[in-house]
Amino acid sequence: MAWDKILVDLIGLGLIGFIVWFFWLVKTAGVRAGLTSSGYQEQMVLVKGGYTPDLIVVEAGKPVRLNFVRQESASCSEMVLLPAFNKSAALPEGETVAVEFLPKEAGEYEFACQMGMFRGKIIVE
Amino acid sequence: MISKALETVGRKVGGARSAPSATTGVSSEAKGSRRIELPVSGLTCARCVQAVEQTLRAVPGVRGATVNLAGGRAFVEYDPEQATIAGLHEAIKAAGYRVGAAKIRFGIRGITCASCVTKIENALLVTPGVLKASVNVGTEEAEVEYLPGAADLSSVKAAVGAAGYEVAEAPPPGGPEEVDKEAQARDREYRDLMHKWWFGAAVGIFTMIFSYPWLFPLLRDWFPRGSPQLRYIWVGMGVASLAVLLYSGNQFFTGAWQAFRHRSANMHTLIAMGTGIAWIYSTIALLFPQIFPASEFTEVYYDVTVVVTALVVLGLAMELKAKGRTSDAIKKLVGLQARRARVIRDGSEVDIPVEEVLVGDVVVVRPGEKIPVDGEVIEGASAVDESMVTGESLPVEKQVGDEVIGATINRTGAFRFRATKVGKDTALANIVRMVKDAQGSKVPVQRIVDVVSGYFTPSVAILAILGFMIWYTFGPEPRVVYALIVAVTTLIIACPCALGMATPMSLTTGVGLGALNGILIRGGEALQTAQKLQTIILDKTGTITYGKPVLTDAVAVGRFREEELLRLAGSVEKSSEHPLASAIVEGATSRGLTLLDPQAFRAIPGHGIEAMVEGRELLLGNLKLMRDRKISLDSLEARSVQLADEGKTPMYVAVDGEIAGIVAVADTVKEDSKSAIQALKTMGLEVVMITGDNERTAGAIARQVGIERVLAEVLPQDKAFNVQKLQLEGKQVAMVGDGINDAPALAQADVGFAIGTGTDVAIAASDITLIKGSLRGVVTAIQISRATMRNVYQNLFGAFIYNALGLPIALGVLYPFFSILLSPLLAAIAMSFSSVTVITNANRLKRWRPRAA
Repeated sequence: MAWDKILVDLIGLGLIGFIVWFFWLVKTAGVRAGLTSSGYQEQMVLVKGGYTPDLIVVEAGKPVRLNFVRQESASCSEMVLLPAFNKSAALPEGETVAVEFLPKEAGEYEFACQMGMFRGKIIVE
Repeated sequence: MISKALETVGRKVGGARSAPSATTGVSSEAKGSRRIELPVSGLTCARCVQAVEQTLRAVPGVRGATVNLAGGRAFVEYDPEQATIAGLHEAIKAAGYRVGAAKIRFGIRGITCASCVTKIENALLVTPGVLKASVNVGTEEAEVEYLPGAADLSSVKAAVGAAGYEVAEAPPPGGPEEVDKEAQARDREYRDLMHKWWFGAAVGIFTMIFSYPWLFPLLRDWFPRGSPQLRYIWVGMGVASLAVLLYSGNQFFTGAWQAFRHRSANMHTLIAMGTGIAWIYSTIALLFPQIFPASEFTEVYYDVTVVVTALVVLGLAMELKAKGRTSDAIKKLVGLQARRARVIRDGSEVDIPVEEVLVGDVVVVRPGEKIPVDGEVIEGASAVDESMVTGESLPVEKQVGDEVIGATINRTGAFRFRATKVGKDTALANIVRMVKDAQGSKVPVQRIVDVVSGYFTPSVAILAILGFMIWYTFGPEPRVVYALIVAVTTLIIACPCALGMATPMSLTTGVGLGALNGILIRGGEALQTAQKLQTIILDKTGTITYGKPVLTDAVAVGRFREEELLRLAGSVEKSSEHPLASAIVEGATSRGLTLLDPQAFRAIPGHGIEAMVEGRELLLGNLKLMRDRKISLDSLEARSVQLADEGKTPMYVAVDGEIAGIVAVADTVKEDSKSAIQALKTMGLEVVMITGDNERTAGAIARQVGIERVLAEVLPQDKAFNVQKLQLEGKQVAMVGDGINDAPALAQADVGFAIGTGTDVAIAASDITLIKGSLRGVVTAIQISRATMRNVYQNLFGAFIYNALGLPIALGVLYPFFSILLSPLLAAIAMSFSSVTVITNANRLKRWRPRAA
């Protein structure tokens, strides 16, 4: 086998390894939602190509308010769903939309856009 | 502090309104007397009325005060010199009641400093009728509390204008303006995408031609392969295609980058990688041809870059157009809302925007007009077309006491009604909200898709790399060109969008379809379960039947005629409060009989009643009563048993010790119950009736409507248990009943159908709410769920198959056998087409119409 083929295959395998590691193996650190004076656990979520932060840690039994701000016009992200809490909200571009819910039990709950391309997780402790 | 502010304001109000005349010393306005109507809330009893009236009369300057309990209003006549509106307000508050002031919020433009705040607040506070005003600099919003009788929205806004600021009209949430705004945003995005497409297409045609000049007769001579002038043209193409990538393909690169930062990948990543790689390769080949071993490697693929970008952008634009149509249902519903209402304020009709209508207002509706809000008819009668909300095509008769639903259209007569629900509490607003929530929910099959799409995009990238490696290692020459085309085509043909959109698009259309047919589906889960139901349990009372007894039979014997029998029976029952009695009274009056007042009325518990009518001694009751009084029944006893077998309640009538006949009442079956049950059976569902009635009555009704399986004598609290028993038979069970009494059973069932009654649409326990009280709704709902789920599966199947076929072909599996290799341009067309197909298929669902199965 010629050296160039070996080189291409090695680079290719390296890239595959990187994709697997980058997208599936790395875990990001979550952000803990701040507690406001009104008793809400509040967190701002930026919607732009994804959710920032996309891992939010909250406490069980206290109401949570996520303020979504969508700063893009791609129609993919025009809705956010929290199927576990039966909540959904339309996100007009540039507006802050609050989604409130009460996490009762500890666990991991997903929030995502309607097509499931953008995902985030809420960890209830 | 606030109350103090109110005092001053109040005084200003009084003073401004009725300045005393210079000559007489008294106000010109009704001799110093003003009348005001204050909405008071918290009035629960007649005693409260007295308390409020006394409190008001005790306020100095008040000349008279009357409180209307039903309307929740206080009418006060006062001397503005001595009393103030704010004072009256305080007095009512001190007595423990609240003045139902209206509260509005609106945005104000041009607030630049803190001093503006006080200026606007003061301007608002001096407006007659305004109780409270606060302006927030941060949000640029004002919140104003005002008395609807004394001020209105326009006067409040005029005050802001007079102070030199502009009111920013804040649309009510879910109102028509919001929907318009969404449509506008969509339009803007569409136009933007179309510009990008045209730019890409224009550059595309140029690059297509000059990428292969040897295919065109004239160009072949001017730009031969490898000639310096072709190289210059290609450099120009490189620059032009970079412009296309940066302008038309902008969203792919920014989207890909954003996603990358979130360690995720999506459609943007794939397109950006595909077009980007093609451009970079072409540019390297153009600038450094010497690093490639042979001249066939040094061709450029700018056409791939440009045309793929243009086509995918066009696909996005088409997708957007089609997506806009899936939410038509919401637009239609919101568009139903009335804009203006005519209400009685201070005794005269005023035309106001519908947002200003308050609970308790008396609203006037003329023939042909839209009913603005929900309420109860208090005067007049008419036929109302409720089809837009309930799906019921025939106009519904409305009389005093009947409920009317906002957004329905008054057809024949004029009437007045008292508003019971306004703004976000109306049936229509609830329907819109529920539909929106449901459209945003998930169908359970979506979970599989979610898992798949989480791995999809990176997997495609891995496949593309593998494809490159395999073609480079084992492929034919020029290897690097083939490997590149395979990798780029693979990246472009994969369509995570089609997969992701498959279920949400169908769900949105399906839920909307339900709403337009008077069926509210709570979410994707209810929709998916409803199509695989096996058993339907129908509650008898109120679901199969009207739930209200009516007079069904009058059997006269001997010298009595039917009319006389009814007239006497009706007269006796006139004083009774028993529900069966009112059925007889209503039955008699509806036949045009004039009833008399009974004398010496006496109820005999467990037996019946006796009374004197026209000097005759009347008895009305059961067999026991007749036996006790030793009245001979002759052949009537058999007739009575027969009536009872039919599920009716027979009652004997005797006059002066002689039997006169039988009157029978029964809860009657709704007209379309039988056909609906028949339809459910043809759909392959087992139909079961559940009721608290005895076996005989239950059996009679069941026979009438064609139900074989009856669960009779079930106590209300045991209904849920009976649902569970059927579920234990391994069946998917639906329960149909009213949302309040049957709530536990509805919650226990796999799908709970609540039969709605008019405006109360937000029924918690139900998965599906039928706004119209007909069983046909159950049939339609199941049909809709089946049609929607079929659509979902079609979409999912299409999307999976598309990717499952497209990816291997792009990777070149057909090449060794048929020498077929997909062009990246075809891949771009296929990719755009697949997502548009999914949406178009979902839109096809909108053409669905209820069938008479």
